[in-house]
Amino acid sequence: MGMNMQTRLRDFHQARWDEPIIYELSKPGERGVLVPEFDGEEVDVRVPEGMQRSGEVNLPEMGQMRVLRHFLRLSQENLGADLNIDVGQGTCTMKYSPKINEQLAANPKVAELHPYQDESTVQGLLRMIHETDLCLREISGMDRFSLQQGGGSHALLAIASIVRKWVDSRGESDTRDEIITTIFSHPSNAAVSKLKGFKVITIYPAEDGRPDIEALKAAVSKRTAALLITNPEDIGIYNSKIKEFTEIVHEAGGICSYDQANLNGIMGLTRAREAGFDLCFFNLHKTFSAPHGCGGPGGGVVGATEELAEFLPVPLVSCDEKEERYYLDYDVPNSIGKVKDFYGVVPVILKAYAWIRSLGAEGLLEAAKVAVLNNNYLFKKILEIPGCTAPYAEGELRVEQVRYSWEPMTRETGITTGDIQNRMFDFGVHYWTSHEPWVVPEPFTIEPTESYSKDELDEFVAILKHVAEEARTDPETLKTAPHRSTIHHIDHDYLDDPSKWAMTWRAYKKKFDGYFEPKK
Amino acid sequence: MKRLGLIINPIAGMGGPVGLKGTDGRATYEEALRRGAVPRAEQRAREVLPALAEHGDDLQILTCTGSMGETVVSRAGLRYRLVLDHPKKELSTGEDTIRAARLMLQEGIDLLLFAGGDGTARDVCEGIGTSVPALGIPAGVKIHSGVFAVNPERAGEIARTFLFGGARGRTQEMEVMDIDEDAFRADRVQARLYGYLAVPWDRGRVQGAKAGSAASENLSQQAVAENIVENMSSERIYILAPGTTVREVARRLGVEKTLLGVDAVKSGKLLARDLNEMDLLDLVQRNPCTIVVSPIGGQGYIFGRGNQQISPRVIQAAGKENILVAATPHKLASLAGRPLLVDTGNAELDRRLQGPWPIVTGYHEKSMYPVTY
Repeated sequence: MGMNMQTRLRDFHQARWDEPIIYELSKPGERGVLVPEFDGEEVDVRVPEGMQRSGEVNLPEMGQMRVLRHFLRLSQENLGADLNIDVGQGTCTMKYSPKINEQLAANPKVAELHPYQDESTVQGLLRMIHETDLCLREISGMDRFSLQQGGGSHALLAIASIVRKWVDSRGESDTRDEIITTIFSHPSNAAVSKLKGFKVITIYPAEDGRPDIEALKAAVSKRTAALLITNPEDIGIYNSKIKEFTEIVHEAGGICSYDQANLNGIMGLTRAREAGFDLCFFNLHKTFSAPHGCGGPGGGVVGATEELAEFLPVPLVSCDEKEERYYLDYDVPNSIGKVKDFYGVVPVILKAYAWIRSLGAEGLLEAAKVAVLNNNYLFKKILEIPGCTAPYAEGELRVEQVRYSWEPMTRETGITTGDIQNRMFDFGVHYWTSHEPWVVPEPFTIEPTESYSKDELDEFVAILKHVAEEARTDPETLKTAPHRSTIHHIDHDYLDDPSKWAMTWRAYKKKFDGYFEPKK
Repeated sequence: MKRLGLIINPIAGMGGPVGLKGTDGRATYEEALRRGAVPRAEQRAREVLPALAEHGDDLQILTCTGSMGETVVSRAGLRYRLVLDHPKKELSTGEDTIRAARLMLQEGIDLLLFAGGDGTARDVCEGIGTSVPALGIPAGVKIHSGVFAVNPERAGEIARTFLFGGARGRTQEMEVMDIDEDAFRADRVQARLYGYLAVPWDRGRVQGAKAGSAASENLSQQAVAENIVENMSSERIYILAPGTTVREVARRLGVEKTLLGVDAVKSGKLLARDLNEMDLLDLVQRNPCTIVVSPIGGQGYIFGRGNQQISPRVIQAAGKENILVAATPHKLASLAGRPLLVDTGNAELDRRLQGPWPIVTGYHEKSMYPVTY
């Protein structure tokens, strides 16, 4: 038995364990490890009064085997890049993370290093970080990188902090208070700007799908602190006027940051430096093949030109070439300070370093080319599905991803992208709609990267096509989907209403009884 | 047991196919018949009911005689009771709709469904306002109001979710718009804002999946309002146009705004209510003023629909730079990439208003969004 090779549809069924929250499994007194009685000398540790816990810490109490089963069950209720054809999470760049790199990162020589070890005993590690910096400089054209940040939004927060410090250092804190971004740039660009006290102006696209340069001109002023922009944006269209954008902002006295979290389509082809940017960042877990984890730990490396390098977080990793010694460099005059403990996420940096070194310059370029080829192959196949379009720039090829729209299908059948999303899980693949707000109606974003074979891309298209046909032949099945997944429908009211959010078990217990029954 | 009101305007939509651009009033109806029009509203209403059939045991429908609801409901085999005994031979009128809606309100209903167009929505609005949730089944010629589902089937689904969907049940105030049919027949569009209905929140209509709840939409409006209020100067008069987003500004100031009129505030105090064009012109010519508008209706008009008091002369006297446009991100997204529109009645002015505009979309948030005519 195996999947039907004609239809390419799997008779898939996800595990469904109906597993409770770990706190609900807790049994008082149950233990995973029985710690030996302590019979040594008591050490007097003085914890300041304000920091002392008033009661016992509330941790679940469970035996080892039950803990193991709990987490293995949860893991079976997941779909990840190693299980499904993970092209449906466009903008996230779900590519293959070679397992050899996992082994390198798990090697005790790396894994058992202690962050407080003396620099002289971690020269290899520091050299690895330094050389990754050198590679990234070459890839971006920037002059210096901080590898500390643990993710994309973290990198953006560092960038917004740099913009803040830069503005303050020029005595323009009150007069330069606006940051410009675009609606198809990642929403974190706007979020971090506001967090650092800037006002945000968002540019909408012109008819060709690229950010409207006239709108940029109208938005730029003496108040402009910075432009934070993605390119190609989330819709996969390259903004060929990008250099004009940076020039317009520079003329007004602002600085420019390139959101290159996902460099996959232009790696080795264009660089932030030549496009006129002062700052940029890459996500190691998108472009450089380190895994995403479950929302981390990742790596968001921030690059700066020489003029702005003095604002980068500390410590940087530097090399004393005379003494052939690598060291943590705190001598960064206008540094925004520390953004993370110790070295950053070392295993992630190591995996990215190994990937870059194993591919070399030609390999990186090849990866970008294959990613673009894969995307345009899918682009053609998906547009053959009736009811599906790709708004903006009709007839033009895309770079590494495409934002499609089911609007014609929704108008014809009433089936929405949300319905399609729910049904795709029944065939063992993941499908994401798009970032809010949905400027492209009924959207979905597909990004194949270089990792997937033609056979796999064909399988994904076959599933998408089948589900689109069901919208016309069997809409009820779609509307009640998923049928073969772990969870069926979840009630969006709990996601939409901040007063119902519960981020921790404790918060949940405060608000609800049983299964989301409001507390009386 | 849930109680659902159903009112069908049986003649709604008849004028459209025979080129009459509306069916309001007896004379037009008779002209439509003469041109060979056939009733369609009952058929549209029928398409709503399958979605509710599975909950038939928990549902009681309150409706009116014959073609105003009874025929459709009894054929679907659903339980019903009549609130309005309309003589079967008589042509039903807007008065019947208003009366039926009020009777249903008195008897107590969880939701009122009505099949018709903008004219019917106006009657329902007059009958119940926002005191009971209501949703339109699109069956009329004119659908400018935001109170209609995109099609009858979707209306059924929204009603089912709203009545039987567990935790759901929130509503959002949506605009009831109507145009002057005589003018429309002469190819002039003069839409007016008549009021609001409390419409069940439909994720699909405004936004999909994870964002876009009534709660988050209201939070967005509050953020926009906070931004505008924070930047208000005590030296200026602020002219508040109709619209739910602008109303939030008044609410933030603690000022009672007229629902459909244009009001003026200064230093957080109400200066004047329900101003007409001459009042506004006088105000704008004598004082530094900022006009605060938000797009009205589904097409995204910022001038010329529902706020005609702000005439070309008023706009010119105030100056483009003193017009503040406010809209939530979802409102802009609902335009699906289409620009915002102006139709001031002065072509030259419309042309000058064209181009990217800064729209206040949140707290310390603006969007540069295209405006055209």
